[in-house]
This record gives sequence, C-alpha cells and structure tokens, in this order.
Amino acid sequence: MKKIKYSEITPEKIYNNRRSFVKSIGFGASSLAISSLPFLNNAIGNEQNNLTSYKDITTYNNYYEFGTSKGDPYKNSKNFKTKPWEISIEGEVEKPIKISMDEISKSFTSEERIYRLRCVEGWSMVIPWMGFSLSKLLSKVNPTSKAKFVAFESVYDPEQMKGQRYPVLNWPYKEGLRIDEAMHPLTTVVTGLYNKELPNQNGAPLRIFIPWKYGFKSAKAIVKIKLIEKMPTSSWMWASPREYGFYSNVNPNVDHPRWSQATERIIGEGIWAPRVKTLMFNGYGDEVANLYTGMDLKKYF
Amino acid sequence: MKKYYKPSIFFLSLIPFVLIFYKIIFNKLGPEPVKEITHFTGEWTLLFIIFTLSMSPLKKITKLNIWISFRRMLGLFIFFYATLHMLTYVVIDYRLDFQSISKDILTKKFIFVGFAAWVLLLPLALTSSRKALFYLKDKWKKLHRLIYVIAILGVTHFIWLVKKDLTEPLIYTVIILILLLFRFKFRRIKN
Repeated sequence: MKKIKYSEITPEKIYNNRRSFVKSIGFGASSLAISSLPFLNNAIGNEQNNLTSYKDITTYNNYYEFGTSKGDPYKNSKNFKTKPWEISIEGEVEKPIKISMDEISKSFTSEERIYRLRCVEGWSMVIPWMGFSLSKLLSKVNPTSKAKFVAFESVYDPEQMKGQRYPVLNWPYKEGLRIDEAMHPLTTVVTGLYNKELPNQNGAPLRIFIPWKYGFKSAKAIVKIKLIEKMPTSSWMWASPREYGFYSNVNPNVDHPRWSQATERIIGEGIWAPRVKTLMFNGYGDEVANLYTGMDLKKYF
Repeated sequence: MKKYYKPSIFFLSLIPFVLIFYKIIFNKLGPEPVKEITHFTGEWTLLFIIFTLSMSPLKKITKLNIWISFRRMLGLFIFFYATLHMLTYVVIDYRLDFQSISKDILTKKFIFVGFAAWVLLLPLALTSSRKALFYLKDKWKKLHRLIYVIAILGVTHFIWLVKKDLTEPLIYTVIILILLLFRFKFRRIKN
C-alpha cells in the first residue's frame, strides 16, 4: 500500500457527519435508532483506509504505564504532567543535547502524517498524526560513525504512572531501532493527532511512530534518545525474547508464536466487518523493504 | 419455596446472555466488539465451570443436598456459554473460513486446548439426561469426571492467550485448583 494521501481519506468532520446523518434518519424514522444497530451503521465495503475516529484512537490504547486494560490509559493519564518536559539526546554523537519540548515545537514544524497502526495483537487503526521525521531531530546532534543503533527510553514516574508500580515490564519502557531505520523519513516524531495536541494516553508530549512495525515499537513519552554501537534490548524482548524480536516488522508470514498475524481487525468497523489481510510491512513495503534486503525476516523477526 | 430455586438459577444464568445480546443489538461493545464478545463468553464459561465445581464442596460444607440438584443445569450452562464462545470465533470472527480456523487449531496451542475443551464438553452435554445416567450407571460418573480435565484446559487456554498481565487467568486458575484439590482431599479422607 502507498502512503495514504489526505485527499483520499474522508475528513473527520464529514466522517463523523456521516454517522450523525444516519443517526438523524434513525431517530426520525422510528423509535429505535437505526444507527445504533451495528450491522447498519457500517458502510459496506473495505474501510481499511478510513480514519479511525478520535474517540477510538484516544480511548483504546496499549500503554501499560497507565494500566494493562485498553481503557486504562484514558482513565489514568488525565492528570499526567507533561510540562515542563526535557529530552536528552546523547551517546555516540558529536553534540549531545538536552532539549525542551518548547524548543522542539519551535524548531520543527509538525505536518499531518496519516499512517496505519498495526498492533501485534491483531488490530489496526488509521491515525492522522502530527509530526516530523526523526532524522531532522537526530541531525541536530551529529551522530558519529559508531552510532549503529538508536535506543529510546520512556519516562519513569511511578507516582504518576500507576502501572509502573507493578513489574509488568521492566520499567522504564525501552525500545530501539537500527540507525538506518531511525533515519528513514517515515520514522516520525509525533507531537499531536487530529490537528490537536497529543493526548496523554497516546504518549504525550512526544513519542515516535514507525508505521511499518508493530505498535509496541513506537515508544511513548520519551525522555532519552541514545545513539549506541550495539543492538539494545527492548522491554518486550526482555520480557519474552521468543515472542518479540528487535525488528518486529509487520509481517503476515511470520506468526506470533501463540497467534496468527495473517489477518487483522480494523478498529471501529463494528461487529460484522470482516477481518482484512495484513500487509507486508503494514503496506509500506515500497518505502522500506530495501532496508532489509538479504535478511531472513523469519530469523530476524 | 424450594420449587422456585431451580427456575431462579435458570433465569439468573441467562443474564449474561441477555446482557451480551443487548450490547450487540445496541452497539455497546466498544471499539473492538468481536473481541469483547469473545472475552465475555469465554469468561462466563470459566465462571460456570467454577459454579458447577462448587456444588459438591458446598454440599459437604453445608451438609445440604440441595446444591447437587443445581449441578446439571449449571453444567449445561458451561456448554451453552462455551458454544457461544466457540461460535463467536468460528462464525463472527473468522466467518466460517475453515482453512484459517483449522490451521489455527493445529498450530496455535491456546486455540488447540480451547477447542479440545469444547469437544470434551460434547459427550457430557449429550449424556446429561436422567436416561443416560440410568443406562451408563457407573460409567456415567467416570465419564463426567472429564469436567476436571476440561477445567484445567479452560484456564490453560486463558493463560496462553494473555499477552503479558497474567493476573486474571491466575485468579481463575487458583480458584479451580482449590476446587479440584477439595475433591482429592475429600476422597483420601473417606478412604
């Protein structure tokens, strides 16, 4: 799948209006709201490219720092303090820096980037992120020739993040990319979504997003970016190395040891919508497949 | 008074079904409705396993025989919710795509044990009548001890599907193990 152009996608307003339009007919026509019947409120056909609603994007999250249920992050992150915020970029770089969130917002213009998110659990969304390429941020520090990998570290604050009071994962959350993956233009520093500030439950104030990898690779609430020579161990690799590899590229041909990755459910499409086939590299193969030429992706999963 | 016990339990046992039916009709299942139905029916299957396995310990503790008279109905509700659970997966989630389903059953261990548990429930549901009890005599009791195996398979199914946080499946496991140990211990004391 190609990058989805904004013009190809129904804007949120019209998208939402569609539902309220159906709803108004429903209320008018009978005492039973037609739109509340799940098999009627979904347009027929493939909606793989339709934007997921703001509500679903912001209430259905995997963010174990705020709890392991999908609704927990929305409930438990309301009072999370994201101001002030500082990010340290360090390691194999010529000019390590500590940069504040304000400075980042001033120095880099965020643009709308509509990407598909595929969770390792087998569901997907289409999200209109606001952000810019990570390569721009990294060019500020001049990585040295020893910088082969990039390690991301999320905030550790069990006072505010009650999920961190339990050893579900080894806190703080850690993720990593190979340097060429990190420098790829699709790898995005996210600062917002739906043209609004990034909500806390989606990783405020700053997260990364790598559209061709399973969602857990895209670390949230980042405080440290370290360029290093050796491959880092991510939190999920540490938790279960047999199940979660360093690359974690979306790949319908390599199953999770316990469940299939061949298909996915699209969030918000309702109960009668079929599963859709998962695409290699989540549909971004044209852009990123060349990063992995000659690699056995079954071995380097 | 006693004659109202069984019908009351019957209608109480239908409440989860009515609830999920309501949620389906009125679209109250949240962003991932199919998963919601699957989890809901799965959890109620495990709960009914727990209820069913609790009857004979309750009889022994309270020294009231009445508990045993609820056991068959509760057991049939295990089968009822397990079948809804299985059908959600086969019909709603995979839309009768038997190729994918059989591949899942053969290669994914959590689906294999779940499916095995449902298959093992079949002979128990089929021989739940008084007539079957009469014809099978001693064999009936042996056959219906399969429920212990089914209970273990059921919680294993839950443990294997969870991504990381094992709290919930472990609570079920502990309760079921206690209920199974109770039988083991009691039999030894009796001998």
